[in-house]
Amino acid sequence: MELEKKVLSLLESDAKMSIKTIATILEQDEERITDILTKLEQEKVILGYNAIIDWDKLGVDGVTAMIDVKLVPEREVGFNRTAERISRFPEVRCVYLMSGTYDLSVTVQGETMKDIAWFVSHKLSTIDQVQSTVTHFVLKRYKQDNFIFEEPQQDRRLVVSP
Amino acid sequence: MSDMSKYISQVVNSIPPSGIRKFFDLVIQTEGAISLGVGEPDYVTPWHIREECFYSLEKGYTMYTSNAGLLELREEIAAYQKRKIGVEYSPANEVLVTIGVSEAVDLALRVLLEPGDEVLVPEPCFVSYAPGATLAYGKPVAVPTYDQDEYRLKPDVLESCITPRSKVLILAYPNNPTGGIMTADDLQPLVDIIKKHDLIVISDEIYCELTYQGQHVSIASFPGMRDRTLVMNGFSKAYAMTGWRIGYACGNKDLISAMNKVHQYTIMCAPIMGQKAAIEALRNGNTEMVKMVADYNNRRKIILKGFREIGLDCFEPQGAFYCFPSIKVSGLSSEDFCEQLLTEEQVAVVPGNAFGTNGEGFIRCCYAASIPNIETAIERMGNFLRRHRPA
Ligand SMILES: Cc1ncc(COP(=O)(O)O)c(C=O)c1O
Repeated sequence: MELEKKVLSLLESDAKMSIKTIATILEQDEERITDILTKLEQEKVILGYNAIIDWDKLGVDGVTAMIDVKLVPEREVGFNRTAERISRFPEVRCVYLMSGTYDLSVTVQGETMKDIAWFVSHKLSTIDQVQSTVTHFVLKRYKQDNFIFEEPQQDRRLVVSP
Repeated sequence: MSDMSKYISQVVNSIPPSGIRKFFDLVIQTEGAISLGVGEPDYVTPWHIREECFYSLEKGYTMYTSNAGLLELREEIAAYQKRKIGVEYSPANEVLVTIGVSEAVDLALRVLLEPGDEVLVPEPCFVSYAPGATLAYGKPVAVPTYDQDEYRLKPDVLESCITPRSKVLILAYPNNPTGGIMTADDLQPLVDIIKKHDLIVISDEIYCELTYQGQHVSIASFPGMRDRTLVMNGFSKAYAMTGWRIGYACGNKDLISAMNKVHQYTIMCAPIMGQKAAIEALRNGNTEMVKMVADYNNRRKIILKGFREIGLDCFEPQGAFYCFPSIKVSGLSSEDFCEQLLTEEQVAVVPGNAFGTNGEGFIRCCYAASIPNIETAIERMGNFLRRHRPA
């Protein structure tokens, strides 16, 4: 268990870290690490591996919106069923249940604003349990998943020092 | 232009140019080099510390402080030393804030030495001690430490270097450039020798937080050693604050007040911005520091295993962020090895003899570098060794 946690925290900091490197850091055989990873993937503890990309750099346009959604809870299942239903749309990137003035925070990605408007009006607001939505468009990203955009991580140290 | 070099004093002329400097000039001319030659963290100072400095500037803290440094900082330092090494110092007169450990070492040597007094300098070591002793009109005496002892200072070797003129012993563990440490058991036998010969110890503990196995132990914590030890420490390494230039010395009030006398006339005080940042580091910097140390430890394992795999002999360094492998298998001198490695494979490491003559046959590799860079460097060094291993 402790070892699994250590593997996970290394991967969380760098999903591309090789099995060999992980094995060296944790002083284990590579096979052992491979087994742990297979198990964690099978058990869906590790859901997947993503790259964090600055699409702006390539001039690729895209639109992201965060939508505050108010729901009517359902008997027995509360918000879960509706939340799961919303989660299944491929344009939905994140769904969180929130404390506070609304219930779900839904992050949606599309190519244009129209895509998102269409999703909200046709798919989201039409769900029975959805009481209201407030859509916020993302104007600029400064930091995501620990990475700061527009920060060239250059090494400014002198190349040799005592 | 007239030749003015004849005006330079004898003592300054007697100091050889730094081996590191020479190598530096070579490295900056090499494009695309991966450098394991640095002597500082690869992190920038944690944001909360930088931010605290901005805040202090906004509030208008731009003035001199008392010579010894802000009392608030000295109080934090005293509390830290009590936690860390279990020795109590009075913030009022036993703590002096300096421009890095560099200044603290210089002050101590100037305050302690009569012309001709000998300073015992275990080597290989950080480059400043011997020139510092010379500049204070003392005589540096190299005390060799060895690879097979993991660069611990051995009592018999120390004793064999002591003369009636010996006055100061420098201890710098965890060690730059070797990564060696001294445990309580290693220090104990030195204590008797130090007392017997009435030595004063300058204990440079700047890497104390970067100890990967067991706890850092200071010689000052041994009975009867507090007053004859000047403990030096700073913020450069543990908190990634090299550019702030804040360090300090703790010790007996007579020694500290003498150091303060010199400091007062030469420096006045350490910059207030750095002192404000240092207070924040000691109050709230532990979490980030622990994370950085854990990351160094990961990389330590990678570099050590990597070196052993490509056939470079290396003891396991337990401290600092350096690895000090032997390059004797190559049949090259340290300097030739480093120069050729740089030109052929674009990897910069520092020749061991830059840290003392018995560093010959070794190289210092700093693992405060990214994991991909360390792995690439090792791969390239492996290629280099395949070409340079005598059949
Ligand atoms: C052993 C040792 N002491 C002192 C220093 C200098 O520290 P500071 O930045 O506090 O002057 C260094 C820096 O490389 C070092 O390695």
